[in-house]
This record gives sequence, C-alpha cells and structure tokens, in this order.
Amino acid sequence: MTVDATAVQTKAVTSAEIKMKGAIGRPLKWYKQLLYQALCLFVAFTVLFPIAWVVSQSISTSKRITGFLPEGAITFEAYQKVLDKPTTNPISFIELTFNSFKLAAGASFASVLLGVSAAYAFSRFKFPGRSVVFLAILAVLMLPSVATIAPLFAFMNRIQVGEFNLRNSLWGVGLAITSGLLPFATWNLKGFLDTIPKDLEEAGMIDGANRNQIFFQIILPLSTPALAVTALFGFIGGWTEFYFSWQFLTNPKDFTLAMALSQMSGQYARSTPWDQFCAFALLVALPVSIVYLALQRYIVSGLTAGGVKG
Amino acid sequence: MAIKNVSAVPKAERASFWVRSRDTRTAYMYILPAVLVMAVITLFPLGFQIYMSFTDYGLKNLKYDAPAANWVGLDNYIHILNGDTIKNVIPSFDFVGTLTFNLWWALSNVIFHVVIGVLIAVLLNIEGLWFKRIYRAVYILPVVIPAIIIATVWKKIFDTDTGVFNILLGFFLGPIGLAKNVNGVSIVNIPWLENSQGDFMWLPVAYYALLFTNIWLGWPLNSVVATGALQSIPKDLYEAATVDGASGSQQFFNITVPMLRVAMIPFAVYGFITTFNLFHLSYFMSEGRPFGRTELLVTQAFKLVNVNQLYGIGAAFAIYMFFILLTISLITTRITKATASAD
Repeated sequence: MTVDATAVQTKAVTSAEIKMKGAIGRPLKWYKQLLYQALCLFVAFTVLFPIAWVVSQSISTSKRITGFLPEGAITFEAYQKVLDKPTTNPISFIELTFNSFKLAAGASFASVLLGVSAAYAFSRFKFPGRSVVFLAILAVLMLPSVATIAPLFAFMNRIQVGEFNLRNSLWGVGLAITSGLLPFATWNLKGFLDTIPKDLEEAGMIDGANRNQIFFQIILPLSTPALAVTALFGFIGGWTEFYFSWQFLTNPKDFTLAMALSQMSGQYARSTPWDQFCAFALLVALPVSIVYLALQRYIVSGLTAGGVKG
Repeated sequence: MAIKNVSAVPKAERASFWVRSRDTRTAYMYILPAVLVMAVITLFPLGFQIYMSFTDYGLKNLKYDAPAANWVGLDNYIHILNGDTIKNVIPSFDFVGTLTFNLWWALSNVIFHVVIGVLIAVLLNIEGLWFKRIYRAVYILPVVIPAIIIATVWKKIFDTDTGVFNILLGFFLGPIGLAKNVNGVSIVNIPWLENSQGDFMWLPVAYYALLFTNIWLGWPLNSVVATGALQSIPKDLYEAATVDGASGSQQFFNITVPMLRVAMIPFAVYGFITTFNLFHLSYFMSEGRPFGRTELLVTQAFKLVNVNQLYGIGAAFAIYMFFILLTISLITTRITKATASAD
C-alpha cells in the first residue's frame, strides 16, 4: 500500500517536471540555435530568391537582364506600360482582368452551387443509383481536365446560333472549366458534410422543419467554411486557367490574363521586355496570393476534412 | 402470453409507395441539377470522346454542318502505341517513352517533396527555436503563387544567356575560371531548357531544371501537412522516451517517423497523382524539349489537339490516360490500405 503510493507519487512528479520543462520551453544551446537559424535562413533564402528576383526586375530601369539587384534607379514604368497595353493585341489590362474574373467567379459559383446540393444528397440519403453516380464522379475526378479538351472543343464548336459560337466564347470556356471543377466540388463538399453530426438535423426534424429548411437553414450555414474554400479553389483555378481558353478563344476581346502572360513569355515573344513581363506576372499573382495567404489556415483544414473522409 | 399480446396489436397500415419514396424523391431533387449539368458538359463529352477515339476526327469535321467522321476502329489506339502516322506530324512522339518518363517524374518529385517537407517541418518544430512563425509564413509562399506564373518565371530564371540561375552559377564558378565575362557580369552558359544538350545520368538537363523548380514548388505543402501530423503526436510518447533515456535520434526514428508515416502516405499518393498530371511546368518551361523527352502525358494530349489538331488520336490518347490513372489509383489505394492495416 505504502509502496504503491510512493511509486505513483514518483511517477507523477517526473511527468509534472517534464511538463513544466515543456511549458517553459527548453532553451536551445547557443550553438544549436545558431545552426538551426542558419538552416532556416538558408531555406528562407531559397524560397524568396525567385520572388525577390521578379520584384527586382519589375522595378529596374534596365531593359536587359543584369543579375539580382535592379540596375539604375527604381521605377514603376513597367507597371505603367503593362496597365496601358499589356500585349500586342488590342485589349487593355482591365479588360483582361474582367474576362478572367468573369470566368473564375462564374465557374466557381456554379460548381459550388451545384456541388453542395449533390453533396448533400450523397451524404444524407440512400437512394437507388447512389453509388453508381458517385463512382462516376470519382472516375471523372481522376482524369485531368486537359484530357477532355478534344470532345469539348468538337461538341461546343457545333453549337452555333447566328454569329455566336459557344466554343469561341467565354461561356464555352466557363462551361469547360465548370466541368473540371464540379466533380472536385461535389467530392470535397461531401467529405465535409459527412463530418456534420446528424443529430442536428434530427433535432431540426423534431422541431418540424422539412428537408429543404434543414438544408438551407442548418446545413448551408454550417458548411460556410468548406463552401468558401471550395469556391476559392475554383476561383484560383479559373483565374489562372490556360489550356481551355488558349484552345477555344480566337477573338482578342475575350482573352484572359493567363493567355496574355503566356503570350509575353512564349517563344514568339522574345521582344517582350523583362521588366514588363515581371510586372505583369506580379499583377496577376498578387490578388490571389493575398487572398490565399489570408485564408491559409482555413484552406488546409477545409481540404483535409474532405480528403480524410473521402 | 406475451407473444400472443404482441401479435394481437393491429399492424400499422403499410405506407403508400408515394410516402415511402419521399426521401428518394428528395434525394433525386438535390442531385438533379448537378447530374443534368454533368450529363451535358462532362458525361456527354466523355461519351463523345469514346466515339471520337474510333474515328479519324479532324479539322474537316469541326464545323457545325460538317459530315460525320470516318470510323477507323482501333487504328488510333494502335497508332499511339507504335507511333505510325503520328510521327509524320510529331517526329518525337513516343508513347511508352513519355509514359515511363511521366512515372519517373512523379516518383522522383514526390520523394523529394516528402523528405524535404518532413525535415523542414521537424526543424520548425524544435522547441526553443526563434522566429518560427515568421519562417512558417515565408515558407508557404510557393504554394500561394499561381502555377502558370511560377512556370513562366522559372523559365526566365533558367534562360541560357540572361537567366539568373546561370548568373548565380557564374558568381560561384567565375573565381575558379569556369565562367565567362559578359558586360562585366560573370555568367555560365548552360542551356538548361534549350533544344540540344547532353544528358546527365540518362536524363536530359531540362529534367533537372524542372525537378529543381518543382521541388521548390512542392515541398512547402508537404511541410504544412507534416507539421499538422507532428503536432498531433501525443507529447507523452516523447516524455516516456525521455524518461527511458532515448536519445534525440532514437526518438525521431522510433516515434516521429512511424507516426508521420500514417499521415504522409495518403498525402504522398495525392501528390503523386497531382505531379503525374502537372501541366504547367512541362508545357511552359521546357516545352517538352529536348525532342519531346520532358513531355508528360497531359502536355502531349494537349499538343495533339491544340497544335496538331489530331482530334481522333487525341481522344484515344485521353482514353489511354484514363486507364493508366485508374491503374495507378487502384495500386496506390492498395498500398495506402496495406500500410494503414500494418500499423
């Protein structure tokens, strides 16, 4: 009896001691701290190097590439030029941005709207054909959307109403992007909805709510984080989408930021000054990067919820 | 007696079919919009893709009032495997070579991603390390920049005459006389992404440039996932090990590595498939050079349609891709399950 008590006590003291140590944080020996800091700084350097280089080139007065630091005085001339006339095509930066925005926002909104409704059915109902349809969605999810470019092009090209050709329009590209986003949205949102406890719905039913009320008043508000993350992914996908727009669109008025960027760096664009190319790249990357950075924490959790539950 | 009583209770009237099927009808109502849209913009094109893959679909069939394409049976599938007729248009076309490179590309990248990701996560998890938050914020930057920007910027970085990579090499190699002097800048002229150059360990130099870029791009996300997994390892395990007198490296290999493995393997599988289908780097940086050897299946599929307008062959190519990806995910699912049950 006494022996037991002592043993327990000793154990308790040891773990308490360790806990206390942990709470204070064992200070590292100075040479270890120095070594680890050097490692961390080196990694930070490799990460920042390309980014800093692009920034440095975009504000350099020199038209040729010179090395790491900007040559001459710092200038924002390149940004000015890009905003005025980004490519040789008759389209302004604002119009390019607006086209990209229309595609990104439209496709992202459509895929989340359709996806969450389907995800709810898959998550909460047993119905004939459920597993077949869900497997079909998973199968489509596996195929990269580039691979569907041939049939989408051929199929949409045949839809011609007067002057309007579905393939050669932002509508067609938007539909193509949505077809790539929808399976992911459905799958990711189903994973999230599966984690919402059923008790909440049952409580709602007892209170006399019908299915639609439960969906709109309980499920949708609860899944806001997952909806936002899925929408953001869709938006970024649409914002930087390249292959469908490059393949489908021929009218410069419909061109997007990603297309303009590739025109500036492509092999027929040797004459594009580097400073303008760098300025343009930063202008395209900045908005989505900031949003992504701000929502980073939610993105990781929003994704893993879907991934783990699959 | 009790049994009798139960059977005496009048049976509840069987609900009518209309009432019983209410949930099913609701489910269909919720699923209908997505299914309708997918039927039109995904499933129909996929069906059309299968049909196209058996025809000589080309430019001539594209217009809305054009005649139907000719049925050619399995010709497209056979041509893809042996390269006949396609080589007239794309001399470097090599399906098996591209597939092999593609598999190696995904595998080599994922190994670097996971190892570097885990090591840096462990480094940032060291107790008492200063500025952790700042480092974590900086390290996530490659993830937030759109892939198309990363690819186009790195293409410039690897430029032969003016790229900063060669300038950087010149900075180190210049003092020992291995660089040349251009306008006062010491520079090495390695044509990283250009057309004709030697191999290094059986692979073109462009592969290493792509690998370098994708390592830069890919490890941070792995590090985020590994950090999450690291922080979910119960601290008691380390405490117990410390009490038992285990050294730091013993703790790393006997506690950290096994606990991380469970979390990292599914993510590595996801990373493998993502890297397998990574369009932007191969398309924008090396453009498949030299001689199509850094081409991936996705970029080849795009070029068949975009550059060469071989719609029928492009469709058959996509069907091959579908089965390859199906096989990969079946195998990887098995691996994931096998390792999960082993623990």
